[in-house]
Amino acid sequence: MNLNKIRKDVAVVGAGMTIFARRLQETGKEMGWEAAKMALDEAGLTLKDIDAVIVGSAPDAFDGVHKKGEWLLDGAGGTNKPYMRVFTGGGTAVFAPIAGWWHVASGMFQRVLVVCEEKMSSVQPHVQSAFAHIWDPILDRPLKPNLVWIFAMEMQRYMYKYNVRYEDIALVAVKNKRNAVGHPCAQLADPNITLEDVINSEPMALPVRRLDISPPSDGASAIVLASEDVAYEHTDTPVWIDGVGWCIDTTMWTNRDLAFPKFVAKAAKMAYEMAGIKNPRQEIDFAEPYDPFDYKELQHLEGLLLAEPGEAAIMTREGKTQRDGEFPVCPSGGLLGVGNPIAAALGIKIGEVYWQLARKAGPRQVKKDVRTGVAQAWGDLMQFSSVVVMRRR
Amino acid sequence: MIERIEKATDIRHWLGDMEADHYYYSAGIAGEKFFVALRDDGKILGAHCAACHRTYVPPRIYCELCFAELTEYHDVGKRGCVVAFTVAHYNKSGERLDPPEIFALISLGPGTTPLLHKLGEVEPGRVCVGLEVEAVLKPKKEREGKIKDILYFKPAH
Amino acid sequence: MSKAKEFGPPLNPRGRRLDAEELEKIPHIRAKAPAKYAWAAGTAMSRFLEELKNGRIIGRKCARCHRVLVPPRMFCERCFQPTTEWVYLPGTGVVETFSVSYIDTNANRIKEPILVGTVAFDGAPPHCGIMHYFGEVSPEELRIGMPVEPVWKPKEERVGSVLDIKYFRPLKK
Repeated sequence: MNLNKIRKDVAVVGAGMTIFARRLQETGKEMGWEAAKMALDEAGLTLKDIDAVIVGSAPDAFDGVHKKGEWLLDGAGGTNKPYMRVFTGGGTAVFAPIAGWWHVASGMFQRVLVVCEEKMSSVQPHVQSAFAHIWDPILDRPLKPNLVWIFAMEMQRYMYKYNVRYEDIALVAVKNKRNAVGHPCAQLADPNITLEDVINSEPMALPVRRLDISPPSDGASAIVLASEDVAYEHTDTPVWIDGVGWCIDTTMWTNRDLAFPKFVAKAAKMAYEMAGIKNPRQEIDFAEPYDPFDYKELQHLEGLLLAEPGEAAIMTREGKTQRDGEFPVCPSGGLLGVGNPIAAALGIKIGEVYWQLARKAGPRQVKKDVRTGVAQAWGDLMQFSSVVVMRRR
Repeated sequence: MIERIEKATDIRHWLGDMEADHYYYSAGIAGEKFFVALRDDGKILGAHCAACHRTYVPPRIYCELCFAELTEYHDVGKRGCVVAFTVAHYNKSGERLDPPEIFALISLGPGTTPLLHKLGEVEPGRVCVGLEVEAVLKPKKEREGKIKDILYFKPAH
Repeated sequence: MSKAKEFGPPLNPRGRRLDAEELEKIPHIRAKAPAKYAWAAGTAMSRFLEELKNGRIIGRKCARCHRVLVPPRMFCERCFQPTTEWVYLPGTGVVETFSVSYIDTNANRIKEPILVGTVAFDGAPPHCGIMHYFGEVSPEELRIGMPVEPVWKPKEERVGSVLDIKYFRPLKK
């Protein structure tokens, strides 16, 4: 990786989201516009000011329209502009901003709009039918798997190898669903949820229970990225993308030890090197790791080198990852609390880190004074991760 | 060494599908207004963007060129003219259509975006760009709030 | 205004929630999207499936990293070289990980749980194996590290599929 080729610093100057819900009436295009317009309004920009548009969206099979990126583009503001769609499963939520970042960092474009959309409610009877097709057709699908199985198998391995207790994992679901009470877009916020609720929720594929899982959702999010040359024209509080990293592991997931996500660590190292971070635990103030399941938040904190393997559970148990704790994690409420429209989780990962660092997060603002945050997303069959380090200057 | 294969099933293969039972496609916020007006009032609505001098038919909640929010929907009438057309002799499964079907892009007034639909009550030989047409709707009680509530467009004269 | 105090950003997000009961009332289309496939098995998988029909598990060796790859492939994805020879494996292995599932592939609840997981085969390097069912074992007994063996369908029922193995059961001494 050649850091000398990066020409311009890039900042987030605006963000927007729709509410996340099990089903929204809006079409995918309408959702994209609602989120994009909000992001542009926050930055005080019009569509004319945007030089290029990136759309992030997961499989065409969710919305049920092939060439989904092109279909969504008019709602994303891409008409008559240079346009790109990226997809890396759930990793799209942070990878689409990275794609936006390289458009600006290269010096080619000054202001770029990144829009992520997902409409999982289109698949009938249940979005599981679309998830069924990401498995290998010959090796896996004849066994009629449910996607929850692969998470359950990974969680089992993780608990076994690093001696992690289920009760500590379940605390993550409690924390995030309570954190989500401060989020206007939240689908599953619950101020009263307790550890017992999670532990006693119905078994899905053990060790996973129903409240360990984030729900499928419809939603859209957007951010505006601006080059260092123009960022201060649009906001007093630009938040700088100081490090990006991404990495993917082999599809042959049955040939890997799932306990530790090496690809997350590699992506994190790439982002930290770019950001000049030598000691992540000391130099990073808070994190928004991807939390489609509660154990994933812990595993990703360890993959991000913010905790030793097995340590994240202890940090959670000790309350360190609460909003008022010494290392807040998922102050937004995460996917577990706000919802999981795959790519549109952009708003609660990058969007949240932006609002926190700009000190605009309102009642969700973390207690400690934060200057550096990390957002991470993960995707596919335990394969891909994207990591972004953001800073306030 | 790579051999040319004519059919995927001539070599060792695995059969399957990438199907859900079906898809539910919402017409959306603008779509709801359009289809309810079509079904209940027999009207075709458009949404106008004053800045771009463009009327979207069917209407949208945003202008794709300037991103303005569009909130005014109005009746664009049922008369227009053919902008482009094709005479189809085969259906999408490859079976012969007899009589052939005529598909056209129809402009429902100056500055409107053309609507894709079928032409009826007209011989293919008579169809040309610029032909003036008007919409023929199903009787009200048969209308469902779908694009086929319009049966076809026929020559206006 | 009070909304802004209760919630943080984004302020007044848009989106019209729909309950399940409203689905039929709003304008919509329901449509099927047929998509049938004949996936080419490829060189390595064709041989793997053929050997399953014979009641055997076969892998492919990479001469450079010395891994025996199961499922077999004609190239090693780490060394990015062609793999070099076929290797028969005994078929026994160890439980790498597992889950006790009370949901089926369509997200319906089932009463009798499905025991599923991955098996790391003997004769292949750590973690090399396939996903499959476990049987003749209770959810309480199943554990990571348990030695297992495949239970094959009778020869006349085997067709060249991973389902030619019915499940893996604890290795009988």
